[in-house]
Amino acid sequence: MDFLRILEQALGELIAPTTAAYALAAIGLNLHFGYTGLLNMGQAGFMLLGAYGFAISTIAGAPFFVALLVAIIAGALFALLLGIPTLKLRGDYLAIVTISAAEIIRMVGRSTVFNEQTGGSSGLTGNSFKETFLGLSPLPDGRSAIGPLEYLNNGSDSWWVRIVAWSVVLIAVLLVWLLTRSPWGRVLKGIREDEDAVRSLGKNVYAYKMQALILGGVAGSVAGVLFVLPRAVQPDSMGRSMTFFIWTILLLGGAATVWGPVIGSMIFFSVYMLLRAGMRSALPDAVSSAQIEQIGGMLVGITLMCLVIFRPQGIFGDKKELSFNVR
Amino acid sequence: MSDDTTTETTVDPVKLDLSHVEATPGSPKPTSILTVDNVRRRFGGMTAVDVDHLEVEAKAITALIGPNGAGKTTFFNLLTGFDVPDQGSWTFEGHSLGGKPAAKVARAGMVRTFQLTKALSRLTVMDNMRLAARNHPGENMFASLVPPLWRRREVEVTDKASEILERFNLLAKADDFAGSLSGGQRKLLEMARALMTDPTMIMLDEPMAGVNPALVQSLLGHIQALRDEGMTVLFVEHDMHAVRHVSDWVVVMAEGRIVAEGPPESVMNDQAVIDAYLGAHHDTDLGDDSLLDPAILARLEEEEKKR
Amino acid sequence: MTADRGKTTIRRSLAALMLSGLAALAAAPALATTPTSVATATSTCTPDTETACIGVLVLDPENNRIADADIEITGPEGFSEIVTTTDDGLSAVAVTETGKYVASLDATTLPDGEELGEGAETEITVTAQMGGTARAAFRIGEDTAVAPSETASSTGEGGLDGDGSTPAASSGGLKADQVWTQIGSGLRFGLLLALASVGLSLIYGTTKLSSFSHGEQVTLGAMLAYVTMNVMGMPIWLGAIVTIALCAATGWIQDAGIWKPLRKRGTPVVQLMIVTIGLSIALQYFIQLAIGAGTQRIITSNPETWSLGPFTLTRASWVSMVIALVVLLAVAWFLTRTRIGQATRAVSDNTALASATGIDPNKIIRIVWVLAAGLAGLAGMLLGMVFGSFNWMMGMQMLLLMFAAVTLGGLGTAFGALVGSLVIGMVVELSNLFIPSDLRYASALLILILVLVFRPQGLLGRAERIG
Repeated sequence: MDFLRILEQALGELIAPTTAAYALAAIGLNLHFGYTGLLNMGQAGFMLLGAYGFAISTIAGAPFFVALLVAIIAGALFALLLGIPTLKLRGDYLAIVTISAAEIIRMVGRSTVFNEQTGGSSGLTGNSFKETFLGLSPLPDGRSAIGPLEYLNNGSDSWWVRIVAWSVVLIAVLLVWLLTRSPWGRVLKGIREDEDAVRSLGKNVYAYKMQALILGGVAGSVAGVLFVLPRAVQPDSMGRSMTFFIWTILLLGGAATVWGPVIGSMIFFSVYMLLRAGMRSALPDAVSSAQIEQIGGMLVGITLMCLVIFRPQGIFGDKKELSFNVR
Repeated sequence: MSDDTTTETTVDPVKLDLSHVEATPGSPKPTSILTVDNVRRRFGGMTAVDVDHLEVEAKAITALIGPNGAGKTTFFNLLTGFDVPDQGSWTFEGHSLGGKPAAKVARAGMVRTFQLTKALSRLTVMDNMRLAARNHPGENMFASLVPPLWRRREVEVTDKASEILERFNLLAKADDFAGSLSGGQRKLLEMARALMTDPTMIMLDEPMAGVNPALVQSLLGHIQALRDEGMTVLFVEHDMHAVRHVSDWVVVMAEGRIVAEGPPESVMNDQAVIDAYLGAHHDTDLGDDSLLDPAILARLEEEEKKR
Repeated sequence: MTADRGKTTIRRSLAALMLSGLAALAAAPALATTPTSVATATSTCTPDTETACIGVLVLDPENNRIADADIEITGPEGFSEIVTTTDDGLSAVAVTETGKYVASLDATTLPDGEELGEGAETEITVTAQMGGTARAAFRIGEDTAVAPSETASSTGEGGLDGDGSTPAASSGGLKADQVWTQIGSGLRFGLLLALASVGLSLIYGTTKLSSFSHGEQVTLGAMLAYVTMNVMGMPIWLGAIVTIALCAATGWIQDAGIWKPLRKRGTPVVQLMIVTIGLSIALQYFIQLAIGAGTQRIITSNPETWSLGPFTLTRASWVSMVIALVVLLAVAWFLTRTRIGQATRAVSDNTALASATGIDPNKIIRIVWVLAAGLAGLAGMLLGMVFGSFNWMMGMQMLLLMFAAVTLGGLGTAFGALVGSLVIGMVVELSNLFIPSDLRYASALLILILVLVFRPQGLLGRAERIG
């Protein structure tokens, strides 16, 4: 594996569908944490629910957009369900409830009880729910290359998936940009700073928090759909580690910034790839590929720690508008 | 109205009204804007608030004083919907507000500030002000996506905010983050922000606490100006000099109860008041007892360190 | 003396627990149901940078591929999947975690007339790597052989990940001894959980920090016990002392190196919480790097059961319970009867007030970190022994149960954490009787959410004062 090939792989990660899915999930989390101060520790749960909603309804015969709607509604309902008991309580309760609820979704999903619907721990194979999405592609069959990046036009790991995924991300960025510059976004930021103050000014804080939770949750569930389109629905691959990676991405790019989640995701995945591919080619004999994964994971953890300690505003965040409440 | 024969050219109608009120706890007022009945709040075994009856005169400045732990702030929290009483009811401008959430209380026209200022640090001063405006269509999630629907209101709100900021000498700081303000400026901002909601009654929780003495005079001036505009002011305060200077009526709380009320000149000499204070802190200057509480002290110190 | 007795009993009691070890347990939920209801994956798998494939095939003596045999693949992250072979190619399954996977052939699904040969392998361990396909090929022969059943297990020993032995609701009708067994297991799990959660609760109480890395502190205990007792061959008592001392030291180092400096900077607690998440990720992968992704046994010897009244548990379990009980009582004594303990509670109540009365909160918090890390290490060590084996995920799975226990009892109250742990332990084990065992942790988390809805201050907590 030569240097050019490693660079090429890292470049590919920049526009990979997975990068887009994580970016969208981080955009949702940004609405939660960055703008409203909600500690959602279960974003992967929203994603898994969206993925299940989309895949199961497609398998049941729903057309693409109906299945997508099911995913969106699933995310919204999940947010509502979690929000009702917790949004009136202290912030860390939401953290504990969301992380627990996400785990419950995963456990129920992989449980043998719902085997017929969810496929248990083996999940749902991509081919079982991909057809409707791939059918929408206007692209001719074949392969296309832009620069060094060459993919199939249609298929799991294709230009079509990339185009759709990044379009969705761009729409989400636009929406967040509009929302957070508006008076509505101002109320959210006020809540992030001090919800009692906002309450004392006559705003229904609960309703705003709920709106933010639902909106970010829907972003998460759509991200879940994007995440599974190029692969399968695997409950165990959408657990807590995923949530933590999304947090790392958000804080890397800078919470409470419009582009932070997108840039964070691109940097995260390309650097992660560079690191692993670099280690693999530099020390092909000294370490096994499993060990490379583990060292990579350790570096992610250490990066997250250092980021939060030394640069809490993220790489591109404004020092004055830190992502954390400094008081 | 100037049928009075003293040297003052006008006699304040509110002062005149209050001069006929009996100085006993729970006495009825001629034009009561806030009427409280049988409000109790217990924490564990301790009764923090136990108020049988209280009326607050409209368009007057009423000070709520009392030693530490008297339950003043808890009482404030109850009235403004930040805490829920075990029992009790109260009406504001004739409408029952008992058990209503804080936001509804504020929308009813009763707006409060906090003892430890709650400036929204990472919003600009101007955004702090704009946020407080009422009836802003842009605060609806869907409408917020279409700026033409709310741009006009935003301009109105900004104009009004500039006006108020000007008055509070904060206009120069409009684009700074609120977190960069000094403690006194934060207090001012909080008061200015409360005004953005067009309140009929403003509740100030220790507006003078932790404020640079140079600013105290200007704060007092603002409070008096509010009253002159026809607003009702109820404030919790420790600083007796400030209370004496500015208030029309003083209500004294001790151990959760209202032990005395009356005009500031006479109530300070009331035996119940002296007992209440001396009972709590024998050797304390009445003006500074807040500094005795180590929790508050530590908090203030911490705040200072951050700056 | 306790340690001596513990040594012999634990030695004798643990080997049979191997079968209820984590890997086998992860497989169990699927095996517990009838094979026909289990989803099968016959899709082919294309390895890429994020996917590794594990392919399986069954060959007869003439190297013909045998179709329709079920092979279960289990591995890290609780991975478990059943693959059915085909006669025209490699049946593969995609995995997203690298590491060791165990493929086990279910001999009962072999076509009629095809049987395993004498001594034929039914389990093959393969290592999955990203971008590659690992193969597991089973040979069947002409000789008669009986396939060992994977589900055979010891008496009601619940594992940490899934469950190997306890019959689920399908067994029909609750038997009294079954209920007693579950109660015993619940008590045991609750006590061990309490060891870990008391520390979490103390940390929360004194610093208001929900430490997400506390789970890894538990795994660390099991890992160090494995390293000292198994790899280095220390006697149990020495290994235990070294383990707990090292774990407690990690608490000291953490507080000195990370938490105290951050406290001094006045770092907000949310920020600290995310630092603990980073630490948790880093530790998880460090532990994987150190002991591998597979399951490990701390001690390998035959378990022996003791009966006391209606309860039958392994000796390791009994000894662990006694140790847990003694340590918990000691902690209770420490918190209520000693000066430092009382100071700890004072700091929990009101840090500013405590420091104004001459208590140094930093000193207390240091002690709390050391104590919490030590207790978590002890809990991890005991859990690893009681459950027979452990893997790098053990603490991660425990963490949410700890949160549940701490929240249930009332955030920040150490005694609440104890009560909450016992409740959670019972719920987890008793729910086995009514719902499929792979949902038993979900039931505990559901209870957590319900408690938050109806009694947010927890069972023992007081409603908090606002403003």
